[in-house]
Amino acid sequence: MATSSPTRKSLWHRLSTFFYLRPGLTLAAMLAAPLLWLGVVYVGSLFALLLQSFFRLDDFTGQVVRRFTLYTYSQLFTAANIDIMIRTSGMAAAVTLACALVAFPVAYYMARHAEGRAKAALYLAVLLPLWSSYLVRVYAWKLILAKEGIVSWFISQLRLDWALDRILQLPVIGGPSLSVSMLGMWLVFVYVWLPYMILPIQAALERVPQSLIDASGDLGARPAETFRKVILPLAFPGVVAGSIFTFSLTLGDFIIPGTIGNSSYFLGQAVLSHQGTAGNVPMAAALTAVPMVIMAVYLIIAKKLGAFEAL
Amino acid sequence: MAGGGSFAPPALCRKPREAAISHSPSAIVTHSSSSPAPAVSFVNVSRHFGEVKAVDGVSLDINDGEFFSLLGPSGSGKTTCLRLVAGFEQPTAGSIQLHGEEVANLPPYERDVNTVFQDYALFPHMTVGENVAYGLMIKKVPKPERDKRLGEMLELVRLPGLAGRRPSQLSGGQRQRVALARALINHPRVLLLDEPLGALDLKLRQQMQIELKAIQRQVRITFVFVTHDQEEALTMSDRLAVFNLGKIEQIGSPAEVYEHPATAFVAGFVGVSNLIRGEIAQAITGSAQTFSIRPEKIQLRDLGQPVSGDEYSVEGRIRDVIYLGMHTRYLVELSGGSDLTVVEQNLRTTSMDVLAARGRAVRLVWQKAHVRPVGN
Repeated sequence: MATSSPTRKSLWHRLSTFFYLRPGLTLAAMLAAPLLWLGVVYVGSLFALLLQSFFRLDDFTGQVVRRFTLYTYSQLFTAANIDIMIRTSGMAAAVTLACALVAFPVAYYMARHAEGRAKAALYLAVLLPLWSSYLVRVYAWKLILAKEGIVSWFISQLRLDWALDRILQLPVIGGPSLSVSMLGMWLVFVYVWLPYMILPIQAALERVPQSLIDASGDLGARPAETFRKVILPLAFPGVVAGSIFTFSLTLGDFIIPGTIGNSSYFLGQAVLSHQGTAGNVPMAAALTAVPMVIMAVYLIIAKKLGAFEAL
Repeated sequence: MAGGGSFAPPALCRKPREAAISHSPSAIVTHSSSSPAPAVSFVNVSRHFGEVKAVDGVSLDINDGEFFSLLGPSGSGKTTCLRLVAGFEQPTAGSIQLHGEEVANLPPYERDVNTVFQDYALFPHMTVGENVAYGLMIKKVPKPERDKRLGEMLELVRLPGLAGRRPSQLSGGQRQRVALARALINHPRVLLLDEPLGALDLKLRQQMQIELKAIQRQVRITFVFVTHDQEEALTMSDRLAVFNLGKIEQIGSPAEVYEHPATAFVAGFVGVSNLIRGEIAQAITGSAQTFSIRPEKIQLRDLGQPVSGDEYSVEGRIRDVIYLGMHTRYLVELSGGSDLTVVEQNLRTTSMDVLAARGRAVRLVWQKAHVRPVGN
């Protein structure tokens, strides 16, 4: 072999050995860039944003007054803003619940039954929608749900128009047609965020060894009991992870509420209009803090419920 | 059905050395009169996975209260057999009975058996106490009764005071005991153990072998024990079945299987055997019938020493010497080219002596009575 004598190793060799013998330095070199990115760009910008929320907008000059004040936060609690918060959180909760209910069976099938090609096909089917533009898909849904759209047509073919009309007459969730109702918005939210719920649940279920399920049956538990006592608790961290996605994505979204629904305001839209047209960056920043607080409360509740005990 | 294995009682413990190998001289189990049906009965059971015949026409009776081992290499069908008894697999063909009741189509939760899993399968989101009491909780046994039996079980497996721990906080040996307690607390009529000691280190494994045996005597439950470790099977079992390629090669007591291997596979898998066939067999015994001879039955003698009428002998040259402390293994090359393994205890010899034997021409001598003709 053509390896040189130990005294005359190449620079590359010596560099490798240098780092191999200093694992701490290797780790520092590896993490420096991502930590810089996370620390400065992510946390730093978030901090800058939150700092803005403690300033206020001078109503006369339209200038931001750079002095510490809780005035902007106090402005959060107007009736209109509270309305927006409740509407957005309610939608986020409904979307999360529906996503979990739809995603669990799909994820269960992917994790515990599908094999080989079927599994690959399912992965593709779940991820494929994410490859196309989100905006295009939302507009497509606007047409699908429109009064003359395919959903209405299909329902009338089934002679069920009366049922749809009855549902659309309901307060809050109803409207002139599906595409301008909360119900329609909810459907589109569930469609758009579903992959973010399926994948973490599937990953969690895949980590549950078959022997645990066998053991539960062996100890006398019927499948329903095994599901409740073993599978669900062990998959729950996955459900929580997925719900963090669906919940927070719904809280921040402004495209779906702006495209589909009855033009009542959502948090994302409020942030957009305050920092854009109104130039009220402090108010936009304060509104951004709202979903963060909601998520923090949500995670504390999840932890109290024991969601992370199986991790 | 009575009696299970219909094997003639073998001549036991002829030599002191053999006694050291088979710890279980009570070869044939006398079944208890109260339960005429075998604890587990397989009649022509097969389990095929597509083209693969994991279990292929197995018939087997395991007596009530017996410690029965399923021994074989990986992929021989022993674990599939255990899973068939537990109910995790359904047979492709054949009948499986537990105490006379047909169970082939019953799910696991309707069978009066419990399993100790190879990976222990402890529920990670429950404490040790919740794990052990799981079966009682499912059966809705009242809490005071549950706690009482939990205490007894943890006492039995010598883990008192650990009920509040998580499985992740336990050592491998402790998890193994928890798995055992979780199965035994339900008082199953048959306990299935799937290579439960496989993950433990040698010392702990030997200790657990003794403990398991003691626990079995105490609880008087039929134990069906899957292992690929022939020494473990010989140490612990009342009887054992040797599996190969989905079929049973032999059923019998440890002494029977060791001393009277029914097939060449059993002779090779249970302990070490020299198989001698063809011309060399002809030259030694006068017949071309293949036979097996255990390494410890062969004596090494100098070329000139006499051979008596009840002995066979053959000449060879010591090709290699492996010093193992307690004993020495010699590889002896016969004139025909094949090797024989000979094991001798280091009674008087030292490592210097035995290593000096390399290259020496020797005469191998063994009693005719120790030769086992084998089929296949």
